Amino acid sequence: MLSPESLKKIDREIAKYPSGQQQSAVMSALRIAQDEKGWLAPETIEFVAGYLGMPAIAAHEVATFYNMYDLQPVGKYKITVCTNLPCTLMGAESAVDYLHRKLGIGLGETTPDGKFTLKEGECMGACGDGPLALVNNKKICAKLTPEAIDAILAEME
Amino acid sequence: MANEVIFHSIHQPESWKLANYLAVGGYDALKKVLAEKMTPEAIIEQVKLSALRGRGGAGFPTGLKWSFMPKNYPGDKYLVCNSDEGEPGTFKDRDIIRFNPHQLIEGMIIGGYTLGAKAGYNYIHGEIWEAYERFEEALDEARAAGLLGKNILGTGWDFDIHAHHGFGAYVCGEETALLESIEGKKGQPRFKPPFPASFGLYGKPTTINNTETLASIPYIVKHGGQKFLDLGKPNNGGTKIFSVSGHVENPGNFEIAMGTPFSELLAMAGGVKGGRKLKAVIPGGSSVPVVPAEIMMDLTMDYDSIAKAGSYLGAGSVIVMDDTVCMVRALERLSYFYFEESCGQCTPCREGTGWLYRVVHRIEHGQGRPEDMDLLESVAGNIMGRTICALGDAAAMPVQGMLKHFRHEFEHHIQHKKCMV
Repeated sequence: MLSPESLKKIDREIAKYPSGQQQSAVMSALRIAQDEKGWLAPETIEFVAGYLGMPAIAAHEVATFYNMYDLQPVGKYKITVCTNLPCTLMGAESAVDYLHRKLGIGLGETTPDGKFTLKEGECMGACGDGPLALVNNKKICAKLTPEAIDAILAEME
Repeated sequence: MANEVIFHSIHQPESWKLANYLAVGGYDALKKVLAEKMTPEAIIEQVKLSALRGRGGAGFPTGLKWSFMPKNYPGDKYLVCNSDEGEPGTFKDRDIIRFNPHQLIEGMIIGGYTLGAKAGYNYIHGEIWEAYERFEEALDEARAAGLLGKNILGTGWDFDIHAHHGFGAYVCGEETALLESIEGKKGQPRFKPPFPASFGLYGKPTTINNTETLASIPYIVKHGGQKFLDLGKPNNGGTKIFSVSGHVENPGNFEIAMGTPFSELLAMAGGVKGGRKLKAVIPGGSSVPVVPAEIMMDLTMDYDSIAKAGSYLGAGSVIVMDDTVCMVRALERLSYFYFEESCGQCTPCREGTGWLYRVVHRIEHGQGRPEDMDLLESVAGNIMGRTICALGDAAAMPVQGMLKHFRHEFEHHIQHKKCMV
């Protein structure tokens, strides 16, 4: 269900916690599973639960509680734009407008070719670099002027 | 800047590498603790003397918090570092981890020694993956150098630290929600008491401190609590990292002495953007009441000064707003945030944050009713103090602050169906 590489990464997470507390690794395990599969299908979540020896419902609770898990398929590039107050003061609305015009999709939508998903995000803890976007949950893109957005999109193939 | 406790070396190339931290006296404090076999009591005494107060927002005296841990507990104890920095306007812990991770690790090791902890966990905000990776690399470096893990510096003492990666839940910055999250559950806060010092991670005695708090510990141990206290002002010891965002020319983090005038901090951030007029400041992160410009310009940046003005220093997260900002629109966005992030456990917060958002939203969109002002006061008042954790208060306080200082803007919106700004 998951690749040997992913399972190895999950095992490394399990080792961080006291024996018998492998459920502590569920957040990382779901993240690793999502990285491999692109999103978390119910059967992926249940596989992770089984691997960690925890009830499937407990893993579903985690997957539905934290908002960086994708419970529906997303584009190859998921661009989450922070629109919270500091980023809005620093130009987040213009950044969202520009992305909307460039990609032809609104917040919460995916392009028909499955390449881009645009999402609204909450505070990423990097407000000094606002307005911000987070790409595929990993890379923070700072100071989103139209030129900066063009440069980011040009890198996405 | 002079006298920086945490950011002193971050402008050096690759300041995050162990060799570069060692070159500026890094891990000297840990070596001193172990070589002199300092007692936990002696360390706590210095931390108390330093007047270090929790940098995560609550400002609780760190030395006192450490003294709550049971001394002769027969089982495992834990130290947890809270790097789940998601309070809008706060971005200091990310820079500590990115640019000076070893000072945090050193502070955690000294904390673990003082508290008799078996292990430490650093809970890192979900969105800052690059910081998480850097922290993991720093832990590997420290282990390889014998500073962390088994038999630290040949003393026979074992203590390890692990990074736990969050995944997008503001409420996990609340310490008991954070513990639930480390245990692999949804992050819903626990009732207190019991407090974490008696029933924390895995039900074991646990101390939770903010990143900046723990990163201040090596300085206090190395130079003594008095020297740290002297950097700030009585009851507000040390330096503090202020995160300045919003309408300034040069947003960023500034580590300055506690008690520095706000006007100086604003000048360091390049002043109000475009030379515009300052309208208001949220001085401690989105959860604290807004302070109008004329009051703010007379304040100093420390817990006691900001509290006297009816707000809080919080995590030192300064959101600057110029005279183009519509306060109704600003509050609408903040209220949406708390509505979105309420964990749903307590009815006053789950339902009340939705009410606050919907009412502010309709005022902003020209559909406000005259009775909405009273309704907002009533909903905010009925959330305050009636929830398990502080997220409810955090949702209510911005509403109360805005209505106190900018009531006329809300009334104008309701009367004229449009903005006055």
